[in-house]
Amino acid sequence: MSDSNNIFTKFKNMPVDGIFKTIIVATALCFVCSMVVSFAAVNLKSIQEVNKAIDKQKNILQVAGVYYEGIDVNKTFSSFQPLVVDLNSGKFTDKFDPSIFDDKKAAQDPLLSVSLENDPASIGRRTNYATIYLLKKDDGSLDKVILPIHGYGLWSTLYGFIALEDNLNDIFGLQFYQHAETPGLGAEVDNPKWKAQWKGKKLNNENGELMIQVAKTQKYKEHHIDALAGATLTSNGVDNLVKFWMGKDGFKKFLNNLKNGAA
Amino acid sequence: MSQTRKQLLVDPLVDNNPITLQVLGICSALAVTSSLNVAFVMSLAVIAVTGFSSLFISFLRNYIPNSIRIIVQMVIIASLVILVDQIIKAYAYEISKTLSVFVGLIITNCIVMGRAEAFAMKNTPFNSFVDGVGNGLGYSLLLMCVGVVRELFGSGTLFGITILDSVNNGGWYVPNGLLLLPPSAFFIIGFLIWGVRSWKKSQVEAREYKIQSLEIH
Repeated sequence: MSDSNNIFTKFKNMPVDGIFKTIIVATALCFVCSMVVSFAAVNLKSIQEVNKAIDKQKNILQVAGVYYEGIDVNKTFSSFQPLVVDLNSGKFTDKFDPSIFDDKKAAQDPLLSVSLENDPASIGRRTNYATIYLLKKDDGSLDKVILPIHGYGLWSTLYGFIALEDNLNDIFGLQFYQHAETPGLGAEVDNPKWKAQWKGKKLNNENGELMIQVAKTQKYKEHHIDALAGATLTSNGVDNLVKFWMGKDGFKKFLNNLKNGAA
Repeated sequence: MSQTRKQLLVDPLVDNNPITLQVLGICSALAVTSSLNVAFVMSLAVIAVTGFSSLFISFLRNYIPNSIRIIVQMVIIASLVILVDQIIKAYAYEISKTLSVFVGLIITNCIVMGRAEAFAMKNTPFNSFVDGVGNGLGYSLLLMCVGVVRELFGSGTLFGITILDSVNNGGWYVPNGLLLLPPSAFFIIGFLIWGVRSWKKSQVEAREYKIQSLEIH
């Protein structure tokens, strides 16, 4: 006891600016602070994950047009059926549990993704398996399909969903749930007026060619979305990522299969 | 509460406001004032960080070696900021998305460092805590003033409740889009500083230069 007391008084009597005391204070402080920070991070993680999941579900409800303020997100979301799609074969797969499958993680896993050579959306790797959501009508027939999309804009990767009508060619809506584009310019991808343009636009023409376009000038009315003023690079990014995910490297095969009842 | 402590708390509100007088912490004031909800949460975060960082730094002030004092202060401030950030992410997820990096950037908010260096290193813990909270309140007061102007005239709402019915929702008010962009906060803060300094003449700084009259030789 007297020994530890000695050490303590020794420490107390040390000059504050001495090398030894400086190192002790720095180490002790770092230790205490790192304990506090990691304790908070670990303990709050589960609540944060739940928040993130609810936020994603909310975005799916919004893109499907069934969200309004004060809705019970969890309950409404249960009418959506999540399914994992194999993008290479364009068919549903039951290899993974769709309620916990993580597309973003899969895109980093060499076994579950491919490195893209032709990469207009600048995403580097594409997951081979994607989680999609089906919304059924009361009679059990297909109402809407919600597909995850992402790609690079100007500053950030935009993550979002696109909702298609039951003919799998008409767009019902498009919404990004995560991005860091310039507020007031690129971030106008969240503007309800701009988003409203997507409704009713057609992905492909009669010959099945992908025609959808985000551009300044209008070529075909039913395939055209006006680019955002002052946000050329974000608009190009959205154009590229929609074309990529709706194209042959994206969901095209799956959509064709689903249309023919072969998915 | 003694007179001095009361002064510590009240002084930074107008007489010694960190934003209008010391012109510190401007960057976050631009970024988080486009809606009151966000400004309010940011205010609470800053009050908590300035208060508690001053408290802890003051507790340790006799043990902090002079050679590493800034780093020690930074470590304490940074830990508190991470703590606050984690709590906001857990309990106010929507708002944390809008605040994004700005909660993290409280670390670099000069107000926090300034109070630690100027006050907490020389004063008792409780006084330092009061001083920190006071300065946080001064920052918050200005944030809320700017927020009221920006949200009311930028989107016609206050705390998300419609006050002026905007044209987008079928009303009569045409929102001023400029007020939703960061530069508008510059103008508003500028006008506020002008107003405060016209009211409290003692805050006007002495000129650093004098325009010379033209002399003919």
